[in-house]
Amino acid sequence: MKFNHGMLERNSLLLTAGILVMVSIGGIIEIAPLFYLENTIEKVEGVRPYTPLELTGRNIYIREGCYTCHSQMVRPLRDEVERYGHYSLAAESMYDHPFQWGSKRTGPDLARVGGKYSDSWHVAHMIDPRAVVPESVMPPYAFLADVELEGGRIKADLAANQMLGVPYTDEMLEKAAADLFAQATPDGDDASAFSKRWPTALVRDFDGDPSRVTEMDAIIAYMQMLGTTVDFSTYEPGTADNLR
Amino acid sequence: MSTHQDKERDAHSGVETTGHEWDGIKELNNPLPKWWLQIFYATVIISLVYWVLFPAIPLVESATTGVLGQSDRADVVSDLEALRAQRAPTMAKLANAPLEAIEQDPDLLSFVLAAGASVFGDNCAPCHGSGAQGSVGYPNLIDDVWIWGGTLEDIRQTIRYGIRSDHSDTRISEMPAFGRDELLTKEQIADLAQYVLSISGQGGDAAAVLRAQPLFAEQCAVCHGEAGMGMREFGAPNLTDADWVYGGDLAAITETITNARRGVMPAWTGRMDDATINALAIYVHALGGGE
Repeated sequence: MKFNHGMLERNSLLLTAGILVMVSIGGIIEIAPLFYLENTIEKVEGVRPYTPLELTGRNIYIREGCYTCHSQMVRPLRDEVERYGHYSLAAESMYDHPFQWGSKRTGPDLARVGGKYSDSWHVAHMIDPRAVVPESVMPPYAFLADVELEGGRIKADLAANQMLGVPYTDEMLEKAAADLFAQATPDGDDASAFSKRWPTALVRDFDGDPSRVTEMDAIIAYMQMLGTTVDFSTYEPGTADNLR
Repeated sequence: MSTHQDKERDAHSGVETTGHEWDGIKELNNPLPKWWLQIFYATVIISLVYWVLFPAIPLVESATTGVLGQSDRADVVSDLEALRAQRAPTMAKLANAPLEAIEQDPDLLSFVLAAGASVFGDNCAPCHGSGAQGSVGYPNLIDDVWIWGGTLEDIRQTIRYGIRSDHSDTRISEMPAFGRDELLTKEQIADLAQYVLSISGQGGDAAAVLRAQPLFAEQCAVCHGEAGMGMREFGAPNLTDADWVYGGDLAAITETITNARRGVMPAWTGRMDDATINALAIYVHALGGGE
């Protein structure tokens, strides 16, 4: 039978099916190889899953829509590398579900903000951005300091990520709620157990209020670890697998 | 589906119709403009050329790398190398020459002041202010009051290793939280606050000042000095001048004694190279208060 275009045009279901087939071909060619190509994610030292407190901070970051104004992606361009540091690697967002690369910079890129400012600066900045950066247009997030973490769903959060391939151990899941508070309570009983499980994570009272663990602790713990995990001394940017 | 035989030409324009008709109105079948079609075909051809020249098609082991061997990541490395080569003579001098010598060399100094301003704007201004005027908790850098010292070497040391930072060589001092840790009573702290008011020339209740005198000598003088003039080796600020990092009124002083202030400045070594840190040190030194 000769191909009859009129049939496609007159039969909306058939047209929909046809469109689906065409779009899937594009998607499969673009996306599917990323799952099986060995060099999609660079092999690097140091990248670890988020601690419960950092993951909570990340969830707050997503909840508050921070990604609409902040990117987390230092592109391989001279000016960006000069300003922000080493360009972002795929490996740095391999435990991100979903990633926070973003596409708009009303505020600065945050991919390497970890360690750049002090905790108390972050607190002051979250409470009133214009107190420290007069020209800022960022809205205040003072309420984060008033919301105490409860930890009720953190284990489920970790489990969901584990299901998606993040290598959380069952022990990490079991201790998730305890670790959530331990990371922001350096003098607490669980601090040393936490550090054993998370040797490269920062343990301190991030929000300057040692009496409780708040969403402010979580968001600052997340800020302070962004872009700090990769050991660039062992990373060779010029090998065939690492070039893009 | 209409076939060619069904189609009639519109008598008025001479254009073929599609054969659709509504209430006697017929749809003309004007072809797409030639220029539009040609651009469309050209883009198809360009995409084929692009596939060959640039990384494009994912295969089994890896994606094609393209005949040109183009790579964004290789490009940025060579761009940065070119930039470094261009700056190399200046940066080498900056990294190796003594800071005083750099300050004396007018060419180097103008480079350093421009570079310092741009580095300061991105890295330091968020805390110290775009004019380096400081704000509550973040010292003013344009005046001649220095907590840890204002010589070129002092400033460089502070920038490199920070204050109470993660670095092992950080400048560090920890004022006790006299109230929170219950080292002193509320009354004693109130007296001490009056005492600090008095030595900073802001009055102070005479009876309280008298009561606080031995307390100050016992608890505070070790770091802040007997006269409260401060000691740089401990990063203990001068309490007798009008310059306050966290505020000098009664409430702020009481809060400081009660809970202590432990401001943190990050260590910048690692994030910046030596030449940049030197440039920044000279820039800050040249802001007005350098010693």
